[in-house]
Amino acid sequence: MIHAKQVNKFFYAPHKIHALKDASLEVAPGEVVVIIGPSGSGKSTFLRCLNRLEYADSGSIQIDGDDVLDPKADINTIRAEAGMVFQSFNLFPHKTVLENLTMAQMSVRKRSKAEAEDKGMMLLKKVGIEDKSNVYPNQLSGGQQQRVAIARSLAMDPKVILFDEPTSALDPEMVGEVLDVMKALAKEGMTMVVVTHEMGFAREVADRVIFMDDGCVIEEGTPIEFFKNPKNDRTRTFLDQIL
Amino acid sequence: MSLYPGLDAPRSKAYTTIWTGIFFVTLILGMTGLYVATKSVDYVWRWYQVPDYFFYQEDVETLSEIDGFIDHIDTQGETTLVTVKGEGETEIYTLPTESLLAAEGDYIYYGDPIGSQKKWQTGLLIYGLWITLKVSFLAIILALFIGIVTGLMRISDNPAFKWAAITYIELIRGSPLLVQLMIWYFVIGTLVNRLLMDLGVAKVPTLWFGILSLAIFTGAYTAEIVRAGVQSVHVGQMEAARSLGMSYFEAMRKVIMPQAINRILPALAGQFISLIKDSSLLGVISIRELTKITREVVTSSLQPFELWIVCAALYLVLTFGFSLLVQRLETRAV
Ligand SMILES: Nc1ncnc2c1ncn2[C@@H]1O[C@H](COP(=O)(O)OP(=O)(O)OP(=O)(O)O)[C@@H](O)[C@H]1O
Ligand SMILES: [Mg+2]
Repeated sequence: MIHAKQVNKFFYAPHKIHALKDASLEVAPGEVVVIIGPSGSGKSTFLRCLNRLEYADSGSIQIDGDDVLDPKADINTIRAEAGMVFQSFNLFPHKTVLENLTMAQMSVRKRSKAEAEDKGMMLLKKVGIEDKSNVYPNQLSGGQQQRVAIARSLAMDPKVILFDEPTSALDPEMVGEVLDVMKALAKEGMTMVVVTHEMGFAREVADRVIFMDDGCVIEEGTPIEFFKNPKNDRTRTFLDQIL
Repeated sequence: MSLYPGLDAPRSKAYTTIWTGIFFVTLILGMTGLYVATKSVDYVWRWYQVPDYFFYQEDVETLSEIDGFIDHIDTQGETTLVTVKGEGETEIYTLPTESLLAAEGDYIYYGDPIGSQKKWQTGLLIYGLWITLKVSFLAIILALFIGIVTGLMRISDNPAFKWAAITYIELIRGSPLLVQLMIWYFVIGTLVNRLLMDLGVAKVPTLWFGILSLAIFTGAYTAEIVRAGVQSVHVGQMEAARSLGMSYFEAMRKVIMPQAINRILPALAGQFISLIKDSSLLGVISIRELTKITREVVTSSLQPFELWIVCAALYLVLTFGFSLLVQRLETRAV
């Protein structure tokens, strides 16, 4: 589903930063991959390179066979296939919850309004907030907003969803409801790449865990072997700190 | 009502009453002072003349076009047919019965009135107000369009667009509107109309040079407001829209712009109110808007105090009406 090989990314402001150093990632269809690592290690940058929210400087990235880094590629179509869920939700505040879900369906997927609304309501039911379809996002709790954001990306029928710390901005009591939605998605066989600090989620749901530090992919493995006996020193230090 | 309530002890009732009183007393003193001052320079207020410059009654006379006598008057209710017989010719005039001046058998010469009636006419101030309104309305629409387009060009990464926008904005903001008006009228206007004349096409009316200069002037400020508005919308909004597969322009139109416009509405309203007031300069290129008309009327009536006060009040009505309109938009958009 995703083939990312030796991706490099530099930032030049305020000074030159080598944010990704030959980072590679393979994700098979239906797989759930969790990326962990210390702050500033390049997890978000890597995720954002996958759907070209950041343009990688070198390497190759393919999503479902489409070359993301080809300047001639139809990036809008590729992005519609790769949903993204942000740490800060980024719901459209001037639109109701249902309109948040229908807007891109109609303009990108060219669905009729009725079709888009049916799909939207179905997804809101799935994430458990169909009763809030006509309210504006600022009237929702953080957990509810993030569930709407997940439903919004699901509305495009993506082949893979990228999650960038979806629970980091939430109050502790709301983390569970969002993780439950993500677990349900994983069970249904959705391909997911998840950057998170929720080790419980990684243990329980991930097919594979990837550890990044200083722009490099340091180690990867199944949750069991990764958490039981990490091979790399840096991984061990990191796990010691957070567990 | 204070911006920081609760930081100080609550005001007593007497405090509010006294200071409200002081405000009104000062206001009344000021106005009385003005009145007394005008009295002492022997200015005679003639407010009763002012309504005539809005609406007035005019005598419209029906004049005979031949020499002769009135042969016949045939009253049919509201209208009357008057037959005038001259040497070898007959004319029939139709006029309202009550305006009739002549009687059967009267001798009449060419140019004599047969009837006279009063008709309501709109005065010069109404005409000036209408021109100001028309100019402002068209210029605001144009300026909004120019502002949105150049505002977006300003933040585009296309160097041609970006630098064109920067050049336009800096050029326009760097010189006085009055000077720009002169350039539009005397330089660009002359060139364009000369060319059109050579091509045998009709001239562009002066009014349009006025509207264009106002719109292009305000457009530069509007562009900066639009740019600030767009930049004030969090990048996450654009990223979310693009990550759903929407194109840049789609995301701009459906996600960024609605939020930006909502935020910049007060600033835009201020800018467009300035435009309405700036339209008073168009008199210098002989567009007869409110200010120029007032000047004309003052010259003929010799009542400058009343007329200039009325002129200011009319601008106030326009600008206040406009801000009410925007306020309604604002509450609806929330
Ligand atoms: N737009 C940017 N401009 C400049 N530098 C950036 C930009 N985005 C990220 N960086 C830098 O790139 C490095 C990697 O950042 P990134 O956000 O990917 O880290 P992260 O692993 O997601 O961290 P966190 O856990 O705090 O979210 C950091 O040093 C960061 O300062
Ligand atoms: Mg991050």
